[in-house]
Amino acid sequence: MKLTRRLFGGAAMAAALMTGSVAQAQDPVRIALVVKALGIGFFEAAAKGAEEAAAELGNVEVIYTGPTDTTAEGQIEVINALIAQQVDAIAVSANDTDALVPALKKAMQRGISVISWDSGVAPEGRQLHLNPSSNPLIGNMIIKLAADELPEGGKVAVLSATTTSTNQNIWIEEMNKVLGNYEGIEVVGTVYGDDLADKSYREATGLMQTYPDLDAIIAPTSVGIVAAARAVEDAGKVGEVNVTGLGLPSEMAGAIESGASKSFAIWNPIDLGYSATMLAYQLATDAAEAEPGAEIPMGRMGTLTLDENTEGAMADPFVYDESNIDEFKGIF
Amino acid sequence: MSDTSVTPRSIPDRLQSPAARLLASWELLLLVVAVAIFIANSLASPYFLNAWNLSDATFNFTEKAMIAFAMALLIISGEIDLSVASIIALASTAMGAAASVGFGTPTLVLIGLATGLACGAFNGVLVTRMGLPSIVVTIGTMSLFRGISFIVLGDGAYRDYPSDFSYFGQGYVFWVISFEFVLFAALAVAYYVLLHRTNFGRTVYAIGNNVTAAQFSGIRVERVKFILFLLTGLMSGVAAICLTSRLGSTRPSIGTGWELEVVTMVVLGGVSILGGAGSIPGVVIAAFVMGLVTFGLGLLNVPGIVMSIFIGLMLIGVIALPRVWKAWRA
Repeated sequence: MKLTRRLFGGAAMAAALMTGSVAQAQDPVRIALVVKALGIGFFEAAAKGAEEAAAELGNVEVIYTGPTDTTAEGQIEVINALIAQQVDAIAVSANDTDALVPALKKAMQRGISVISWDSGVAPEGRQLHLNPSSNPLIGNMIIKLAADELPEGGKVAVLSATTTSTNQNIWIEEMNKVLGNYEGIEVVGTVYGDDLADKSYREATGLMQTYPDLDAIIAPTSVGIVAAARAVEDAGKVGEVNVTGLGLPSEMAGAIESGASKSFAIWNPIDLGYSATMLAYQLATDAAEAEPGAEIPMGRMGTLTLDENTEGAMADPFVYDESNIDEFKGIF
Repeated sequence: MSDTSVTPRSIPDRLQSPAARLLASWELLLLVVAVAIFIANSLASPYFLNAWNLSDATFNFTEKAMIAFAMALLIISGEIDLSVASIIALASTAMGAAASVGFGTPTLVLIGLATGLACGAFNGVLVTRMGLPSIVVTIGTMSLFRGISFIVLGDGAYRDYPSDFSYFGQGYVFWVISFEFVLFAALAVAYYVLLHRTNFGRTVYAIGNNVTAAQFSGIRVERVKFILFLLTGLMSGVAAICLTSRLGSTRPSIGTGWELEVVTMVVLGGVSILGGAGSIPGVVIAAFVMGLVTFGLGLLNVPGIVMSIFIGLMLIGVIALPRVWKAWRA
């Protein structure tokens, strides 16, 4: 279906070029990528991914837009303007789960396909939501990153955010579920840095003192991972203790350079923008239906499987190491 | 000849014929700007001249304009209220809390209005009874009111509003004419009458031009100012009802940054920031200008930051123009 559409589109375009007339079928599919606010590196990178998807699909025009500040009211003004332009699809990273619902419902009533990505919209305000990853994938990734550097096995400790941080607790729980797959890896303890730089630093230092033969610290928090890397550098244990987990390339570039961290993971915004555009195209061209259990192709990123809330996870968190950190540290 | 109508500290009078005054007025200049923007938008985007799209565009300014009417009176009297956006947040939070325990729409509306009035009264007491400068007081209450919403809601949200509550922000009275637009028009007329056709309106100008003279003329200055703070609070409550209804939910960040947009609208409308001069028709046209500009640029997918630059330049332009004009004539 998709193929025939594309073939037909190509043929129509050729015909239009020859006769000089404008045929209905060659109107590009206009997909609006609405972000939380313009001027944020993460979203600029997502827009790059969207352009990549558009080039691959052909006959797609990406409208990259968003408010100046991260407000729901600003996003609603943007969405109203997009509805007025009769775009074919809106893919939004929402500033507010609920406040966008009435505006997006209106968009859907007027025949516009609506998806959310990165930061979701309540189910009644969108057709599907694209999560960058899923809890099981993240839980597996953080232990895998530590284990990959320890082929002989070893002792690892976890530096988390607060004891009540929902996300971190779920990821650690998921990590423990798959621990058995990594032979010889022993998790010796979990400490909490409360997502404060100084407390995380002290807790990481404490871990190295309590377990002198510690091989890795896993910090599934962007604050903790930077603090732990600093602690390892200051303790002179670079090369002995590897810091890994979830972090931002811009903040972790130094740790990768010093060797305190061999690798870490986080979503790749380029892939995210690419996938969101692919999915929006599929819905806008009626090539796919957003319903629980549906499997929707998204180009080089494989397929998205929707759960009962019509949400899906894109992929494993993306791994950053010395081979790609320079490319991404300027992005986010 | 036209100089008196634009200098800040002159009391408008009837020395010229109404027609001559109209020709030289700020309102006419703004109207020309508005029409020019309308025509430019129609030419630039094929989607602009569409009844439903224009109707959607009105939502960009109706709520802010409701506050701007009361704010215009307050600024003409020489005071200002920077807490209006935070009053929206607090009123919306109060309504959300009431809705979550099952109160119906009429009660919610009353709660929204009452919260607005209470906040306005709080500002008014601090300014008129304790003699504190309004800019300082309302910068304080700006943090205070929104702070309370943040304490109540944290990163949560209220979203269980009754379904008929959505009428205020999403309902249509007739075809494309939304309830909000009708309310905006009705309030525009009400504030026009209040400012330009009543004794109360004259006292507002008198206070703004010379507060000492006003006091010696027997005007109860503090009382008038207190009423203006009450009105501004009340209108923030009205805007809170409309905005909450339009969003269908409440978060403490609701309406962030609106105080400056409201003040921009008022100043663009020709109200002197020093007090004493300005008119409601000017504010109405300024509301349309801002709404048309943001919607028109939005249709062309112009990034928001460029829109802000455009609004800023427009503001400086319309303020500087009469002065340049005056200097050129002299």
